[in-house]
Amino acid sequence: MKALTLIDEIYDEAVIKKNFSRRETLTKGLGFGLKAMLAAVPLGLMDALGNKAMAGPSNTTIVGVLNFALTLEYLESTFYTMGLAASGLIPSTDTTIFMQISKHETDHVNTLTTTITSLQGTPVAKPNFDFTAGGTFADVFTNYQTFLAVSNAFEDTGVRAYKGQAPALLGAGAVLTAALDIHSVEARHASEVRRLRGLKGWISNAEANGDPAAIYAGEDNTTQLNINVTTVTAVPAVSVTEAFDEPLTMAQVLAIAGPFIKS
Amino acid sequence: MDTQIKTQNMLQKALQSRLGRRKILKYGLFSSGAMVLGLGACTKHNGGSSMSGAIDVGGGDTGILNFAYALEQLEAAFYIQVNAKFYTNATSAEQAILADIMNHEIAHRDFFKNALGSAAIPALTPDFSSVDFTSRASVLGTSKALEDTGVSAYNGAGQYLSSADYLTVAGKIVSVEARHAAAIRDLLNPKSADFAGDDVVNASSGLDFSRTPNSTTGGPSIVATANTFLKTKISATQLP
Repeated sequence: MKALTLIDEIYDEAVIKKNFSRRETLTKGLGFGLKAMLAAVPLGLMDALGNKAMAGPSNTTIVGVLNFALTLEYLESTFYTMGLAASGLIPSTDTTIFMQISKHETDHVNTLTTTITSLQGTPVAKPNFDFTAGGTFADVFTNYQTFLAVSNAFEDTGVRAYKGQAPALLGAGAVLTAALDIHSVEARHASEVRRLRGLKGWISNAEANGDPAAIYAGEDNTTQLNINVTTVTAVPAVSVTEAFDEPLTMAQVLAIAGPFIKS
Repeated sequence: MDTQIKTQNMLQKALQSRLGRRKILKYGLFSSGAMVLGLGACTKHNGGSSMSGAIDVGGGDTGILNFAYALEQLEAAFYIQVNAKFYTNATSAEQAILADIMNHEIAHRDFFKNALGSAAIPALTPDFSSVDFTSRASVLGTSKALEDTGVSAYNGAGQYLSSADYLTVAGKIVSVEARHAAAIRDLLNPKSADFAGDDVVNASSGLDFSRTPNSTTGGPSIVATANTFLKTKISATQLP
């Protein structure tokens, strides 16, 4: 009887492969970015077996999320462009790092803009920024430690912002994947910048290290899917908080970003 | 045991007729004793068995969570061994990072085991014979591969989840894996662009490299990569 079950499963596998072939054909060779996203959007509306409808978000919802993300990417890309242009700010030893981060943020602006346009949406205009946040970070472009603190704030906020929007993109196929692919890049940046500050690359408890506390609110959570992880593992509670990054809602992120946005 | 052999023979016949020789060779069905081992294992879990006799992670959201659980088991086992005796001349800073990462991966592993409950695949036996645990380059190189693989795996599987809660928890974990990857990459090549290098982050789109479990774009699949470090092999026949 076991063998019959196995044969059924093998047959199922062949059927699954066949169903996936269309998705693979459409996305194969298109590479990253717009083409890949567009090719897979309609397919994203199907479930993982490709044969059953799964409700996905409307274009309006997707564009709303992407415009939110675009605002944050404008914030970051403008910040790094200005930081790299400020003479004597970034030590030569660290220039390579910030050039790489700056390149990615500019890439993200372009990727999001193109995607929004292709979804018949209108990309938000680039806001005007005040990187001192009304004087809180007055020497942001003359004091490297301040610059690092603001960079750290933006990167960790970015990670939380994308994470918070992922459920809104559930069923959006490759657009969701692209958002996740940006999300992890922000996390790589965050780790690097934190370590430049002499911090751990990961977030312990809700420690803000001089940045606004709101950016780390809730990062000390230890309950995941209703499981208090500290009760099922032997590692210290602080490690559990480090092991799971927490999301922020759009409203929470906009409240954090608000002081940096003039108009 | 008789039943098992009988089952194995039946399965071989079935496979030969349905799949043909090429596919059988591809999956290496008769190259080792893995078949019997695999069949033994497949009676102990809910993920189903695969054509290769490996432990299959299953399908749907459960399959994706089990796939993640397999990777976390692998990572946890690796860092436990790394921390048991650090490589030669490991600095205290390096030891602190590797100890933290070990704790994170153990937390992930234990979380998934608990979240999956009776649907969880069994504990996997790792095979780190390819790693020289006395060598910094070998340990950090393996760490980098595991972390980058983890990032691409979570990113690639995310769109196949149907539960928003699972998607969120996967997001909570993948960014920590990305933080690990950046730190390890920086240890290997300090102050370079490698923490988010062009080999993993597309230089024109700024998107991290992501792959589905069985995708062979850019090299061996994630499943195949994981299996190079596993005695008990896994498969993901119901996932893309």
